Amino acid sequence: MGIRLHLELGAARMAGALSRASGRGGGTTIPGKLLWRLDPGAVDVLARRLPGGIAVVSATNGKTTTTAMAAEILGHDRRLAWNRAGANLLSGIASALVAGRGAELGLFEVDEGALPEALARTRPRVVALANLFRDQLDRYGELEIVAERWRAAAAALPADVTLVVNADDAVVADLAGERQRTLRYGLDDPRHARPTLQHAADSKYCVRCGSPYEFAAAYVGHLGDYRCPACGHERPALDVAARSIELRGLWSSRFLLVTPQGAEEIELALPGLYNVYNAVAAASVSLALGASLEDIHAGLNRFSAAFGRFERVPVHGKSVVLLLIKNPAGANEVVRTLETGVPPVLVIALNDAIADGHDVSWIWDVDFEPLMARVGHVIATGDRAAELGLRLTYGGLPPERLEVVPSLERALDRGLGLVEAGTELIVLPTYTAMLALRKILVDRGMLRPYWEDRAA
Amino acid sequence: MRVRVGHLYPDYLNIYADRGNIAVLTRRAILRGHELDVDAVGLGDALDSGAYDLLYIGGGQDREQALIAPDLATKSDALHAAVAGGAALLAVCGGYQLLGRVYRGRDGVVMPGAGVFPHETIAGETRMIGDVLLTCELDHGEQRELAGFENHAGRTLLDPGATPLGRVVYGFGNDGSSGMEGCRVANALGTYLHGPLLPRNPWLADWLLSRALAHAAGAAPPVLAPLPDELEAQAFRVSAERARRRGGRH
Repeated sequence: MGIRLHLELGAARMAGALSRASGRGGGTTIPGKLLWRLDPGAVDVLARRLPGGIAVVSATNGKTTTTAMAAEILGHDRRLAWNRAGANLLSGIASALVAGRGAELGLFEVDEGALPEALARTRPRVVALANLFRDQLDRYGELEIVAERWRAAAAALPADVTLVVNADDAVVADLAGERQRTLRYGLDDPRHARPTLQHAADSKYCVRCGSPYEFAAAYVGHLGDYRCPACGHERPALDVAARSIELRGLWSSRFLLVTPQGAEEIELALPGLYNVYNAVAAASVSLALGASLEDIHAGLNRFSAAFGRFERVPVHGKSVVLLLIKNPAGANEVVRTLETGVPPVLVIALNDAIADGHDVSWIWDVDFEPLMARVGHVIATGDRAAELGLRLTYGGLPPERLEVVPSLERALDRGLGLVEAGTELIVLPTYTAMLALRKILVDRGMLRPYWEDRAA
Repeated sequence: MRVRVGHLYPDYLNIYADRGNIAVLTRRAILRGHELDVDAVGLGDALDSGAYDLLYIGGGQDREQALIAPDLATKSDALHAAVAGGAALLAVCGGYQLLGRVYRGRDGVVMPGAGVFPHETIAGETRMIGDVLLTCELDHGEQRELAGFENHAGRTLLDPGATPLGRVVYGFGNDGSSGMEGCRVANALGTYLHGPLLPRNPWLADWLLSRALAHAAGAAPPVLAPLPDELEAQAFRVSAERARRRGGRH
């Protein structure tokens, strides 16, 4: 390593330590931001040093959880450089590379927009592309613009890179084209299909000819077993699949993971079909990196939750369950997991900072209706609490069961006051609302700050 | 009174919250003792110019717009006749573009529009994204404000003398430079303000509803009983404040 890079690394690490020491944050992106500003090429050099290479995961939904699951599988016998707290721009990857001294394998979730540059700089061995949903159109423009950039990036990958794609997403599956080294995963259990495509379903027109697809099964949004009646384009055969899926409300799920190496029964301590997708994606990435089916089985069964995605925090004999919502497809799945055991009290938090999306119209594409008819009491909170309150009212929530409390802290306390001892308060926050709620819980000593979570 | 609503291409043009706008119209009609019958008018469906008191067309991405554009051209005459006959119409974002004369999309794609609004749209290199605040004067002497969100690459140029929906106070508007937003022809309104526009701007929902009721009854627009609209007012205030603080600048 050159003396310049050595000095840059020293400065970057010190900045991270200072940020943590001053209590201003986890310092997860400070070292990377500094290094990225000093010398973007340092990312290329550091990435080259990992003897086991790099795997990259991108998607609209599930990239943090999928990457964390893969880390659980792959991390027990090798040191990882991993952007665990979801800092998924190039600066976040730089930070993980700086922090991952002595790491063998790099595991990075990457923002959809940053994917082309991340691929060019880190030159991964394995690239997993999981899904594209409408999300923060105020940041990305249109879904099709992201898809076009992915198409170009996937086409430019060297032949020895393994591409892992979700076969159930027509646009994403099509990115693999005729590529030899491709692993295609998906779900194969029509009992869990939705009776109709959801309102917010995105890629429902044939990628080849534009006719509407027919779905033998639609699992999550437009993800499923599709076929074009006009030109015959259809879901490709699955290399890795989840079969015999069993969902247990807000608690857990179970499925048979079928791979070219054999099948294993997986017990997942996470709810919802979307987490089954994440688990199958993580299993596919791990297989592509040479993990054994045994390691995959053990890792997935051990996995609890990724940062802020699904956290249960004990609070004076009650618990707060945080379920992140950030776009229609993801929120619809969270709502769906709540349908089997509708909570008596629900807190929904809508912020509109950059990380949440300035544009809050997406809440109108979420199918809150089935929940609103049956939920006991809803507290709408966050910067756009009134807007959310209106959405829920139009979704069928009677005004006497709605409270609009913009302050997150007051809403949390009000919610906790309403639930009975020994029960849970379900909270559905957008991204920055989740960070703020976590901070409130950390400040009260009920939750450890994220940079003190499990060491790598 | 029964108000007949034709929702054009709801399967294709629904990018953000278009069903929210319909939900607002429905509820505000019911609260005044009226009824809304909403029909989906899709690809290949015939459009009878007299069949609807209110027409709605929402937003979509370039891909979906291209899929419906040829069909919309076949409905052009019926739309012209409906608007000339006094039907109310709200066109949002992609639908607003396609109701102009022509939309020149990215990569040189040219989509002929229905020509209801006197404008042309050209896709630009950069998108105009952000919160917006407008002042409108739909009825002479009645200044109202509209708060919303825009996200479009298209620059829409109104013909000289054409009437905009409103003047931009904060944000980009039609083209980022003229200070005009949207377009109005008779009771037809077009706008880039997408998303839940009507929930936080209930006066506009009532304006459309009152025109639609007039069309249904063959009478003058009725005055609708006021509703409490407290949450609506709160949501409007926050949205307007966002536009003030961070609306688009050129």
